[in-house]
This record gives sequence, structure tokens and C-alpha cells, in this order.
Amino acid sequence: MSQSFRLGNVGLINRDKKLSFKFNGVTYNGYEGDTLASALLANGVHLVGRSFKYHRPRGFFGAGVDEPYAIVQLYRNGETEPNIKATEQELFEGLEATSVNCWPNVNFDIGAINNFLKIFLPAGFYYKTFMWPKSFWYKVYEPFIRKAAGLGVASPKHDKERYEHKYEYCDLLIAGSGPSGLASAYAAAKNGARVILAEDKARHGGTLLTSDVNIGNQSGKEWADRIISELKEMPNVVVKNRSQVFGYYDHNMLVMSERISDHLPKTKKFHPKQRLWYIRAKEVLISSGSIERPIVFGNNDTPGVMLSSAAKEYLKVYGVLVGRNPLIFTNNDSGYETAIEFKKNQIDPIILDTRKDPQSEIVDEAKNLGINIKFSYVVVAAQGYKKVKSADIAKISDDKEQLGAIENIKCDCICVSGFWTPTIHLASQSGNKTKFNEDIDAFVPGTSKQNETTLGAANGSYALDETLKSSFETGYELSKKITNNDNKITLPNVVEKKSTTHDKFWCVPLPDGKNYKRFLDFQNDVAVSDVEIALKEGYRSIEHVKRYTTLGMATDQGKTSNLNGLQLVSNIENKVVPNVGHTTFRPPYTPVSIGAIVGREVGKHSKPTRKSPMHSWHEKNNAVFVDAGVWLRPRYYKQGNENLFEGSKREAKNVRTNVGVCDVTTLGKIDIKGPDAAELLNRVYTNAWLKLPVGKARYGVMLREDGIVMDDGTTTRISENHYHMTTTTAQAANVLSHLEYYLQLVWPELNVNVVSSTEQWAGAAIAGPKSRDLLQKLFPNSDVSNEGLPFMGYTEGDLFGVKARIFRISFSGELAYEVNVESDNGNFMWEKIMEVGEEFKIQPYGTEALSTLRIEMGHVAGSELDGRTIPYDNSLEGLLSKKKDFIGKRSLTREAFTSEDRQKVVGVVPLDKKTSIPEGSHLVKDSNAPLPNPKLGYISASCWSVEHDNPFSLAILKNGKNMIGEKLFVMSPLKNKVIPVEIVSSHYVDPKGERVRS
Amino acid sequence: MLYIKCPYCGMRSQNEFSYGGDATVKRPELGTEVSDQDWDNFVYNRKSLRGKHWELWQHLSGCRQWIKVERDTATHEIFKTLKASEEVS
Repeated sequence: MSQSFRLGNVGLINRDKKLSFKFNGVTYNGYEGDTLASALLANGVHLVGRSFKYHRPRGFFGAGVDEPYAIVQLYRNGETEPNIKATEQELFEGLEATSVNCWPNVNFDIGAINNFLKIFLPAGFYYKTFMWPKSFWYKVYEPFIRKAAGLGVASPKHDKERYEHKYEYCDLLIAGSGPSGLASAYAAAKNGARVILAEDKARHGGTLLTSDVNIGNQSGKEWADRIISELKEMPNVVVKNRSQVFGYYDHNMLVMSERISDHLPKTKKFHPKQRLWYIRAKEVLISSGSIERPIVFGNNDTPGVMLSSAAKEYLKVYGVLVGRNPLIFTNNDSGYETAIEFKKNQIDPIILDTRKDPQSEIVDEAKNLGINIKFSYVVVAAQGYKKVKSADIAKISDDKEQLGAIENIKCDCICVSGFWTPTIHLASQSGNKTKFNEDIDAFVPGTSKQNETTLGAANGSYALDETLKSSFETGYELSKKITNNDNKITLPNVVEKKSTTHDKFWCVPLPDGKNYKRFLDFQNDVAVSDVEIALKEGYRSIEHVKRYTTLGMATDQGKTSNLNGLQLVSNIENKVVPNVGHTTFRPPYTPVSIGAIVGREVGKHSKPTRKSPMHSWHEKNNAVFVDAGVWLRPRYYKQGNENLFEGSKREAKNVRTNVGVCDVTTLGKIDIKGPDAAELLNRVYTNAWLKLPVGKARYGVMLREDGIVMDDGTTTRISENHYHMTTTTAQAANVLSHLEYYLQLVWPELNVNVVSSTEQWAGAAIAGPKSRDLLQKLFPNSDVSNEGLPFMGYTEGDLFGVKARIFRISFSGELAYEVNVESDNGNFMWEKIMEVGEEFKIQPYGTEALSTLRIEMGHVAGSELDGRTIPYDNSLEGLLSKKKDFIGKRSLTREAFTSEDRQKVVGVVPLDKKTSIPEGSHLVKDSNAPLPNPKLGYISASCWSVEHDNPFSLAILKNGKNMIGEKLFVMSPLKNKVIPVEIVSSHYVDPKGERVRS
Repeated sequence: MLYIKCPYCGMRSQNEFSYGGDATVKRPELGTEVSDQDWDNFVYNRKSLRGKHWELWQHLSGCRQWIKVERDTATHEIFKTLKASEEVS
């Protein structure tokens, strides 16, 4: 198809580069510099979608961020993306897009039947209709509504594109590069301020690109180009296009999304698709301009009805005629500018002006050009279904209530201008108390809460000379405050046509006997009648009206509809608009892709991965890894075709019979130094610490203030005032914060320092009956006999030239040691242990065998110390000192914690000694009891006991103390299992603890 | 995202800090008799104030110091920050 609506020579597009693209399967041509919208309009395509509720045909209404209809599904480089505004999407070679919200296609949409049923779809229809019967919602209503509605589909595939986050600081962030943005950025930059200037469109300049003005003897566009190129050269300025500042958060933190590759057929190698900027600005200048507002009339959603400023932009920027027979419907001078541009390109527009006799330079110019102007005229209704074919027009009385005789005139588009609404979204998000400006019938920013200033049209100032003057001044003053520089630049001379006041007219009355739909909110299909119903039904607060009718909701956020909605409510309620108030503007101002929000924290990058120094050895030896917090730990070392169960059983058995070695580097380690170190330990641990001798370790339990167990571990006295604390892997960070809290805030008088040393030490646990023989060979010069290094003893040794710390502690319940060396020597230590251990049949063991060993020994760990249990529950009550106070002690006297039938850890064995018990299962007395079956406890950890060769579990059981020997049932509705079990002691192996002391 | 002045490191973004609750709560001294009511008040009962509020933050990803921050819970305005050792006035 040829671009039959493209003008010969007008516009800023690159006519040397022709691009081909597809819309709804049809191939068209456009040029580089087009948007999808301008390229479609150049080809005469106006029908782009169906409306949300009634599935009425919809076209283009705006030319940028304000577009409520033209939302398409985009296909780019094998991916698809919904919710793309055709007016923002720049054209690239091979672009493909389809309409959304229509089925089976945009020309024949079955849902359009809603349009004829519209009497049945009034405001709140969904609330009223789909409530009953309740069961219908999932099965009938929701699937049907989902199929019929919706604005596109998300891709189910993994997004291969790269998105980045960036943090930036600046003196001034300027949102919008129209006249006020350029002027303030220039003034501030010349005065030495660090400036970020952001523009959401591809081209800088805003209205300067389309208005007929002269600044310092240059056209508006030439001036804008010059300022931008100067700013780009300055080292203290960052100029960004395709970048939308969409959110204004606390303490002058703003977020901006930069579309880096969306305008290209494919993202360049090593480039991100989009980048999210978190910008902390000392001062924010909001120069976001204004959006033209529609006048409400019958069928004002017909394709071909659009904002007059959009028609002008399509013409001047893209060289595209939105029609050859345009009707301009205006209540102010802006519509005339559009008409004059048409006229300059040999198109004869007709202007309908609601005003009776406006006097201004621009009206005179239109008259002199011989444009047909009808004063005191309105469009009553657009005619045509998929495209405007004609308009019913009429004279309107001076009081704007009576329509004269209806005339029908031919036209192929209706360009509407109902004056301008400042874009106050960012100011409002910052907490600014907006105020109503009677002169422009719109809200403008009022008192700032944060360091922000709104300039130009966004502040309701529409005259260019005024805007430039105040913007230069503001840029200078704010930068002076920050930089203390005093370079003031002179204001250029501005030539512009003076305009006169607008007419406060916003809604055309219905003619007698006609019931045209008059839309307020185009994106959400909210018509005048819907708001009338809502008010009739008693909704008063504008926030309630919004939610009931959906006025101003969704991705549009009321950009074009907000004020007309308020006007309507205020008319019906007989209030003035400021008393109705406006709804809250919420970020994001425009939709932001999920990818940009997530950034690079995707998949395995969603958290850091920590690896022990021995990681590569584990990899080489077929370790199967498991996530332990942010650590990667070997779960088991696979031999042949072994599965997890077989492998971990073999490893655990080898520990019980020979010797095993486990990487325990991940354990949290805290280095504690100072004369009051023992006192600190004595206060945070439940047991006594003051008399621990040098060279000895002790097991300790820490509570929270509420008496719940926080963590456990061993702490060793390395020297007089030096202790080495270990924590569980998961709680390492919390324990350090906990100690810092007490040292800094509660007991500042204690002379102690704590610091994390987790990553400074590599650790290997050597466990099993042959571990002492191995240790003796590793440390031939140390006395590691039972007398020389007894249980809970500590010594330092020489491991083939490497200094090592040796702790005789055990988690497996076997005779065991833990050897620590500086991290850099971790791999050396590991290889030596494996080499020397060969004759003792050493095998490495992973976390699964580690768990098995501790479970059958009845050592509690994370699954029992789960933030819900007290020491008694874990059979740790023997560690509660009666002589001293400690953190959490007072809470242990609470009634529930001291009750006779308090829960306690027990062992659980299936009666058949075969069936494995799922973790998380419930323990009940009677498996056939009616639901809800009273729960007596839960399975916290399960293993296959290698000692007894049958399944064994730990459980937290009510009245556990008196339940040993009882027969109960384990129930797991998730796994559909009922298992008869016997309750036994939690110490299933070596209950007297003889092995660790042997 | 809040911008908090650490008394040791200067202005830092909120994501370097962790929140630590009411800064005016005093832990009863170890070894003293505490009534059930007082203990409950210390462990559990907190006022959810609207307005100025002294609270604790820890500069977790910075100097690791616990600091006191006077913040308006409704507007997020921060009036003053203090070191742990400094008394709330």
C-alpha cells in the first residue's frame, strides 16, 4: 500500500530510509523517524482496536503518551510484548504488531454485540451481575470475560533481553525537554550545576517542534536543536531521550525508564533493552507540559476523532494528514493553529468554535487565510462506524444549553481541542498539594512538599515568553543555591502569536430524542451516562466514583479523561470542581515493563551465590549441589548411577564405620575480642560462660527477647580475651546484628568488638571412629589423644606447613573434629585430608548425610529451631542457667511456655520400619477421626537411619515428654499417606553420648 | 526510598539500612525483677504512631552502626539522626 496520506515535503522523518512493517498481517511502508501510529495514519489506517467494554471500533486519539486507545501487541525479534502504545512505538524495519481486545479480528469483532447491549452494561455492571452464584465465577464468568477483554497477552517464554538498573545523583533532574525544560536546563548547566535532562520522546523540544514561534531569531525547533547540542557537549549534563520519569518517591528519589533498544529491530550485542534509573536529585524541575483535553460529544470515540494537537503533530513532525476533509472543533485558539497548518498544506478545514466572537491574532490569521469558521457552533455527534464520515453540527445558544437545527456536514476527521490540562502527575506523586486554577479550569501544583518546582505548561503557563523567562530564572536560582556560581545568561527575544481566553465549555448537550454515547474515559469506556448512574446510586466521593465506573483507571490514569469527569460530577452535584477534588495520581505515570523493574536480578542472579574455597574440588568429584541460603553446598557426591537416597546413605554409613569429611565453611563465624567478651557471651547465651578456660569450646543457645530459640552453635576461647563463635549458616547475619544491637545500644559499657569472620576461614568436619587416627597423621606434631585433646577441646596445629585451628566438636554424634585454615588454604587442607585419609577409607559427605547423622542422633537444627520453639521444646532446658539472667529468660516464665503438656521433640519410627515419613506431616491420635482431626504435632525432619536401617524422624509433639512408647498416626494429606508410628526418644543412636567422648 | 543521614557515613539510601523499631524502648536491666505487664510492654506492645517518631535503624551495608532516626511516619520526613550513644532529647 502506498503512503497516500503522506505529504510531500513536510516533517522531521528521514525519507531516505523506507521501512516495511506489518499490522494485523498486512504489510505497509513508513519512514525512519515514524511511530507505528504515524506510519499507519500515513497509509490511511485508522481502525486499530476495539474498546474495552463495548468493543466499539477505535482509532488514534493522541500522538504520544496520552493515547488511550491505540494499544497493540508488538512482535520483535521472536518475542512478543503487550500494552505497547502505537503512538510511542517507533517504527523499525520488520516491525509486526496486532490489535488487541478484539476477537476474531479488528474488522469483525464478536464482542461488538456488547455495543448493542450497552443498556445492559451500565456502570458497576460487573459488580452487580457476576456476584451470584458464587461458584459461577471461576467456571463461567471469569474465563468468558478474560477471553473477551484484556489488553494483550504476556509472553510465556523466558525474556532473553537484558535490563539494567542504574543509580545516579544530580543537582537538578529536569523531567521534559520542551521549552521550559530546555531553558531551565541551559540556565542551570551554564551555572555549573550537574543536570539530568530527560525526554520521553525520541525528539527533544516538545511543543517547539510543532508551534510557529521564533526564539532569538531562530525557529522554535532550531533553537531547541542548538540548546540540546550545546547541553550534550557539557560535562556536567546528561541528556536522555526515550526516557520517562514515571515515579516521584520519598526524599527526592525519582525513577526513570530509558528505552534503549525498543526502537531497533534487535537489541545490539552487550546492550540492554531498557534501563531503569534511580535518581536522587537535590532539586527536581517538572517540565512535563500539558495534555489537550477533549470536548465531550456524541460518538466522540469514532475513529477519526482525535485531539487537535495530535493532528498538528502528525502533520508537522511526521508529514502525515489525519484527513483531507478535517473538521476542527475547538473552544480556544489552539484549534486554529491546527487549522492553519492544514491550510498551509492546501487542505481546507472547517473550524467550529464554541465561542461567539473571539478576538486574537491567531483568529485573525485564520480569517485572513480564508478558513471557514463557524462561531457558536458545536459538533453534536460524529457519524460513521469504523471511521468518521460526517458530523452532525448545530448552533449553540449563548447559555450553551439550547441546540439549534442539526445540520450534517461531510468530514473525514474531527480534531478536538477543549483547552489544556497541565501534567501534574509527578508533582502530585511528590506530595504536592495541588490547587485549582479557574483561569484554565484545571489543577496546577500548589505547595511543594519536596524540593520540586513545576514550570511552563505543567504549571498552567501557556505563553512561551512567560515560560522561558520563568524557566531561565528558576534554573539559574536553583543552580546558584547549589553551586554558589553566578553565571546568568541573557534571555532571548521571543516572537509568538498572542491568544485569547478559552471558553469553559466542555460537554455538548444531547439533542432531543437522541441517546448518543458521550465518552469521558476512552480507555475504560466510561460514558457520561455511567457517571450519572453512579451518582444516582449514591456514590459521592470521587474516589468511589472512580472505582465504581473505572473512570481514570488502568494504564491511562485519566490523562485525557480526568478533568471532564470532574466537571461532570461537579455539575451534577452542584459543586465547584475544586470541592470535588481529584483522585490520587499514582506511579507509574506510564506503564513500565516488568523486565525493567526486575533488572538483572533474574534467575540465578536474583541473589548472590557464595561458594566455599573447596567448591571446585566438589565439582570435580561429582558433587550434586543444593542451595543453602545463598551458599551452594554439596548435597551428596554421586558415584555411578546413585540417587540422592543411595548416595547419602552410603556417605552417612561410612561416617559411622570409618571416617568422613564434610565442608563446613558455610557455618557463620564471628570473631569476638575484648576484656568483656566472656560477659557478653554470658548475657546472650542461656548457659554459663564466665568460667570457660582458654582452649575449650562450649555449646550455647541464644534466645530472642520473647524466649524463642534464635540460634545455636559452639564458641571457643582462643586466648584470654579472644573467642571464636560459630552460628548456623542461615542465622549468621542475624546473630551478628543481634550482638551489635546489644553492644551498641543496651550495654555500651562492655568493652568488646565483634566482626564476621565467616569468609576468612575454610572449615572441614572430620567425623567417624577413625577420625583420630587420621588427625594424628595430619598433625604428627600435635597431641590429639583423648587426653591431649578431649571432647570440646581446642588446639592449634601445623598442617604440612599451614597453620590450622583444631576443634574437637561433633554434629554427627561420632568422634569428630573440625579443622579450620585460612580460606586461601582451604583447598590444600581438603586435598591433604583426602590424600592422608585414603588408608582410613575416607569419603566426603554432603548435607544430606550430615542431616541423616544429626537427625538419628537427635541433634536439633534449623527445622526444629524454626522461630516457634523454646529451649524446652528442643530438650535444651538443661542449658538454661538458673543462676544468672540472660536475654529471653524472663519470657520463659510465660504460662504457655511452662504448661505441663508443652510440646517437645521426640523420635518417630514407622511400625512397619519401612515407610518413609514425609516432612511436615501431622501427628494424630486417630486417623479416622472426623475433620478437623486434632493435631498433636508435626514431623520436623526425616531420614533413613543408617544405624538401624529403617526410617526415623524427629517431631515436635504435644506433651512429648510423656508420649514415649505411644502409638500414633502420621498423616500427610499432601502425599495422601497415613502411617502408623511409634513415638520413641529423639536420641535414636548412642543416647548416652559415649562416642563423642571416646 | 528514604535518604538517611548516617552520623558516621553521611547521606545514604534506605536500602543500605535495616529497620529496628522504636528507639525509645528501654530494655529492663538484666537481673532485675520485672512485672508481667512491664515485660509485655517491653517485648510486645508498641504504639503505631502517626507523626514524629524516634526509631532505630542499622547501617547494615555500611558501617554496621545502630543509629537513632527521628522520622515522621506519615510524611517520611526525617528531622534528625543520632548515634546509638546519643540520648533522644
